Amino acid sequence: MATAIPAVKETWTGKIREVTLGATAAEHGTRSKTVTVGGNTGLPFLHFESQTPNPPVVALEISDQKPEDWSPVLLEAWGDVVFDVAAWAAKAEEMGADLIALSLDSAHPERGNTGAKAARATVRKVLDATSLPLIVYGPGQAEKDNEVLVAAAEEAAGERIAIGNCEDKNYRTLVAAAMAHGQLVIAKTPIDVNLAKQLNILISDMRLPAERILMDPTTGALGYGLEYTYSVMERLMLAALTGDGMTQQPMIVTVGTEAWRTKEARVNEGVPQEWGNWRRRAVLWEAMTATALLESGASIVVLRHPEAASKVKKTIAKLTVGG
Amino acid sequence: MGLSGLAIYKLLPKTNCKECGYPTCLAFAMKLAARQVELSDCPYVSDEAKAQLDASSAPPIRLVTIGGGEKKVEVGNETVLFRHDKTFYHQPGLFIRLGDDLPADALAAKVSEIAGYGVERVGMQMGADGIAVHGKTGQPEAFARAVKAVVDAGLPAILIADDPTVLEAGLKAAQGKAPLVYAADAANWEKMAALATQYQAPLAVRGGNGLESLADLTQKLDAKGAKDLVIDPGMTDWAGSLNTVTQLRRLAIRKNYRALGYPIIAFPGQVTEDEDEEALLAAQYIAKYVGVIVLDHFDPASFYPLLTLRQNIYTDPQKPIQVSPGLYEIGNPRPESPLLVTTNFSLTYFSVAGEVEGSGIPAWLLVCDSEGMSVLTAWAAGKFDAERIAKSVNTMGVLDKVAHKKIVIPGHVSSISGELEDELPGWQIMVGPREAIGIPSFLKNLW
Repeated sequence: MATAIPAVKETWTGKIREVTLGATAAEHGTRSKTVTVGGNTGLPFLHFESQTPNPPVVALEISDQKPEDWSPVLLEAWGDVVFDVAAWAAKAEEMGADLIALSLDSAHPERGNTGAKAARATVRKVLDATSLPLIVYGPGQAEKDNEVLVAAAEEAAGERIAIGNCEDKNYRTLVAAAMAHGQLVIAKTPIDVNLAKQLNILISDMRLPAERILMDPTTGALGYGLEYTYSVMERLMLAALTGDGMTQQPMIVTVGTEAWRTKEARVNEGVPQEWGNWRRRAVLWEAMTATALLESGASIVVLRHPEAASKVKKTIAKLTVGG
Repeated sequence: MGLSGLAIYKLLPKTNCKECGYPTCLAFAMKLAARQVELSDCPYVSDEAKAQLDASSAPPIRLVTIGGGEKKVEVGNETVLFRHDKTFYHQPGLFIRLGDDLPADALAAKVSEIAGYGVERVGMQMGADGIAVHGKTGQPEAFARAVKAVVDAGLPAILIADDPTVLEAGLKAAQGKAPLVYAADAANWEKMAALATQYQAPLAVRGGNGLESLADLTQKLDAKGAKDLVIDPGMTDWAGSLNTVTQLRRLAIRKNYRALGYPIIAFPGQVTEDEDEEALLAAQYIAKYVGVIVLDHFDPASFYPLLTLRQNIYTDPQKPIQVSPGLYEIGNPRPESPLLVTTNFSLTYFSVAGEVEGSGIPAWLLVCDSEGMSVLTAWAAGKFDAERIAKSVNTMGVLDKVAHKKIVIPGHVSSISGELEDELPGWQIMVGPREAIGIPSFLKNLW
């Protein structure tokens, strides 16, 4: 008995936009290579019906000062480099990062309140210490973000770094800086398809080309809202693939920040024995959050633990085989 | 395609007897159309109607039960490709594989460790669903002894062996406990079908090359009366398995293709020696369409994250998990510690609790009953107003445990602070940040 199986291939009308980070000497930058994400013509890793021209990539997060609130598991993994942003950047590159995500944490009003000058110096140090393309985050406070990210954009002129986060109440200054200095922006919205689309439209209305926008749908860690992020990303992917041009930006997710905020990863005191060995659990908490979000459409995962990064890179490689 | 709810209704008795568990025949018909119930739930349906309805009422992915009693595992009967389309109904069974070559003591210890493992999360009790016994010795007695240890511990079992004689010994040891028999293939399917029907056990089916051979086999088995099937499409890598399960789910849901409309079984440990990779691949299987996941390693450090992921993915997006209203302690607060108030939408609660915890400052978190809505939604719907907050303060033990009269409300509802002062005479109402992320600096600065 020969059984014919009905065909179930999807053909989509849209695809994810390609966005390139970094610029080499040929493009008037100083990076050793560029990193392009996006370009998928279907849902993640479905090679039987679509192409994944650019596999997702891993960014490792570093900070311009020793992070006050990082778990001992993370601090132990990185060792002394957390006191020296240049050494940290070099170490992250050595650990296999595709991108460096620099957090200008010392600019936070309560954690140093440093300004534009310090930001420029930090960005310069990191550009000199690593040849990878850069993502630069402000401290997450509108005024300070504008101050230090504009400085970062100026200092890294031509390097095609991504600066973030642009949010609905604070995006104009950052978008203008990105336009002036040839950078990209990260548009962050709170787990909502329409808000994500709206912010992409607002940013595009300022004439920043869509090829220079990444979107961050807001990450919920495993056990802390992961399912909301997972589903919003699937919905954004489907909207993009069915041709909605303003949802076609590659997605970046801040898995490290969120996973290491959870009690499961952060601490080992006062937790049930049933949670198991702390170190293994913590690294898996981050890697598993990343795995789930890769399956739902992430193009860039920002991680904190080097071991989680190597596991996630391995996962990406295995999912890309056959593509 | 299936019949519409109204078309089905016309074939039902229309007596509204309620014995199916639904108030009217029409309601039952709608559930049938949505493939959320079985036609057999209606005791009075005529044979004629049954014949007409059977084809359209059977779920696109068969519901299969493994094990008996309280701990039985039900898998399959899914109706959508994406959880946001409706929800995923039957979370995958997580089984641990043990060999029958383990010494009796070691086996007993392993079984009791797995059976005894339980952990609570968001008010739900979670644990391992069962144990797969792998007949490595090839000896019926050893296999039966191991299977007996599993069923005696009250756990559902999967019986893995090549030799039908060995399997039958296991089936006898698990008589009446509906263990999943693994597996029928192109060579042995007739014997396996006979065993599965004789012992009323669900049967796993292993295809050879491609889905065609698998579909051939399931049809032959179905014709022999082995209807409760679980399929093993032979998943040997990450990308290949994702592509295979996606095609299988689409065949079932979009094409109503019955020959492959069964739950899928997968063995992530067969793909890799690396225990972390096994756990991460199991995570992919949870997210993407696998019904029975058999792990080769049991370690709470990887099992607890998997249970959490399964809970996340199988949460019904239409009714998010709510947190019980009440006064929560974050990090051993003292009577003079800060008091914050928020709603009982689970994500709101977790965001706020997470930030308070992250601040390092112990605090009291009063969770009001907002019927599971987030702060702004609840406020707009009148479920998080001054009256409700005051009532929570007065009835949820705040006055016994908190020594001061200062309460922090979410910044999004700053407009109710005046009314709240009226409702709570003598209290100081403090307006907190709009987003949870602002809580640590708020607590450090203002408290």
